[in-house]
Amino acid sequence: MKIHEYQSKELFAQYGIPVPMGRVVEKKDEARRVAQEIGKTVVVKAQVHAGGRGKGGGIKLAENPEDAMLRAGEIIGMNLITHQTGPEGKLVQKVLVEEALEIDKELYLGVVIDRETSGLVVIASEEGGVEIEVVAAKTPEKILKTFIDPRVGMQPFQARKIVFGLNLPQALIRDATKLISKLYRLFISSDASLAEINPLVITKDGRLIAADAKINFDDNALYRHSDIGELRDLNEEEPTEIEASEHNLSYVKLDGNVGCMVNGAGLAMATMDIIKLHGSMPANFLDVGGAASSERVEQAFKILLSDRNVKAVLINIFGGIVRCDRVATGVVEAAKRLDVKVPIVVRLAGTNSELASDILEKSDLKFTVAGDLGEAAEKAVATING
Amino acid sequence: MSILIDDKTRVVVQGITGSEGTFHTTQMIEYGTKVVAGVTPGKGGQTHLGVPVFNTVAEAVNETGADASGIFVPPPFAADAVMEAADAGVKVIVCISEGIPTLDMVKVTTFLEGRDVHLVGPNCPGVITPRKCKIGIMPGFIHAQGKIGVISRSGTLTYEAVDQLTKEELGQTTCIGLGGDPIVGTRFIDALKLFKDDPETKGVVMIGEIGGTDEEIAAEYIKKDFHKPVVAFIAGRTAPPGKRMGHAGAIIAGGKGTAKEKIEALKSSGVVVADSPAEIGITMRNVLAG
Repeated sequence: MKIHEYQSKELFAQYGIPVPMGRVVEKKDEARRVAQEIGKTVVVKAQVHAGGRGKGGGIKLAENPEDAMLRAGEIIGMNLITHQTGPEGKLVQKVLVEEALEIDKELYLGVVIDRETSGLVVIASEEGGVEIEVVAAKTPEKILKTFIDPRVGMQPFQARKIVFGLNLPQALIRDATKLISKLYRLFISSDASLAEINPLVITKDGRLIAADAKINFDDNALYRHSDIGELRDLNEEEPTEIEASEHNLSYVKLDGNVGCMVNGAGLAMATMDIIKLHGSMPANFLDVGGAASSERVEQAFKILLSDRNVKAVLINIFGGIVRCDRVATGVVEAAKRLDVKVPIVVRLAGTNSELASDILEKSDLKFTVAGDLGEAAEKAVATING
Repeated sequence: MSILIDDKTRVVVQGITGSEGTFHTTQMIEYGTKVVAGVTPGKGGQTHLGVPVFNTVAEAVNETGADASGIFVPPPFAADAVMEAADAGVKVIVCISEGIPTLDMVKVTTFLEGRDVHLVGPNCPGVITPRKCKIGIMPGFIHAQGKIGVISRSGTLTYEAVDQLTKEELGQTTCIGLGGDPIVGTRFIDALKLFKDDPETKGVVMIGEIGGTDEEIAAEYIKKDFHKPVVAFIAGRTAPPGKRMGHAGAIIAGGKGTAKEKIEALKSSGVVVADSPAEIGITMRNVLAG
């Protein structure tokens, strides 16, 4: 789960990590008031779950409260397009108004799960304020990685090694060491999957401040963090994906025109891939999960068909524990109730698949039944290309 | 021969009295698996599905000589269940549970370090040695005894590949579902090392997907040390970056973990990568025919 920058900064403040003075607002008048309270040049930052906001025009400086109001007025309600939002962009509903920092140096600090070692790693770099992936690719020697033993957690010597590795001024060593430990503690106690400060700024007056903040959380651990679950902003998510998750379906909208309904995540991805191999593009990823009952199939149909790009539907079920005849009955009932207009290609393999083919062929609806995955993809693509 | 489990394997099911545990234990027994014990804390002394139930895994191991475990407990308790099984001396632990917090798995990994134990999963379909032993949720009837080892991060896509191998009359030695989480016990490289020493395994099918670098690490190992034919399929060529595709571990993050990188790494190690998921079986047949 992702949260906004302002929410991440509130969590930082709770853990004692210094953040700029500021507040989130939804109206431009409030932006003026906040700028007035701060009493110096402010920065107005669009709050959306995407990076690259500055380049997209979502971050602006304002020298006085009037200016802050104008800038906030420009950003609130804008459709912000960045390399992470996709071409459709994201509607900005909130801005963070905070003190503009006079920057002497920008650093990078992050904590992530390292899949390779099944452990935790703190990543630091003197090259902050730019994408860390770019730094890692171009100048890997500028990336400091510190692996943490989860049994004892981050040790002071490790934090010190990072601090000295970053060539920080003498006066900041103690603060920086503490800050790194605090970020690690936040990560562990909130079940984060990423906690990142980019940039971590040294100001001209010698303060160390988190100028930006990004925290992602482990969805599987949200059950033990109800307070964090409340930070979820449904406005930032695709409405069909929210609806799908409410019905325990896993759905991701894509740009193609062949709708897919599959059981199992790997098979769902493979089905997308084979559609492309046959010359079309998938309209979505959709995993109906282990229990493909008629209610679930109907829900899945509704979500698939709410995407107007869908010109054909490919249903691919490999019955294991799930019996194919039950799935077939579900498909027939759902298709009848919903009056589906697009061609449907069905491939059911595994448990009771022959019974299932009978059910489909005897129904009044025109299904195209396919024997294997290759044939299914071929037929689905053919219905579109006429 | 086979790896990890065979007809001598004695299985304890953790969470045997739950609905998932009950359903799948029934299926496992029907398949011929020797389920010798179940564990549900507080229900020790009962008999469930004809199997004695114990309060702890240690008791179950002492009383019945169980040497493998299947875990069907809810995700908040699953990490604890894995550690309990390891502590009791169980050698093969198969964790089916889906939705375990990643930091719990970080702890589990550390706990298992240096112990003589194989953890398969979590969030996986399990392990099966056809006609001998099944610990998991896969449909037994699609499998056939044969000569191909199957290693996969997926569930139903594994069934697809297994079904194709059965229809090509190649069969399987052992099939291992590694699981769809970012941190799992057994990875491709670990399974390959086991198949390397199994004389009956004449070739291996690897089914990978986007996310992480386990396929690349396996490719390095294959290049250096694995001389049996390997056929692979990587799911997610059409998956967009930054989006989780069902599995917690199936995500392209920071430009890393794309299908393209994995396919290139495998190809450069001499692995034959099938472009189509419908052609995994036939590709293996062609490779074996030389």
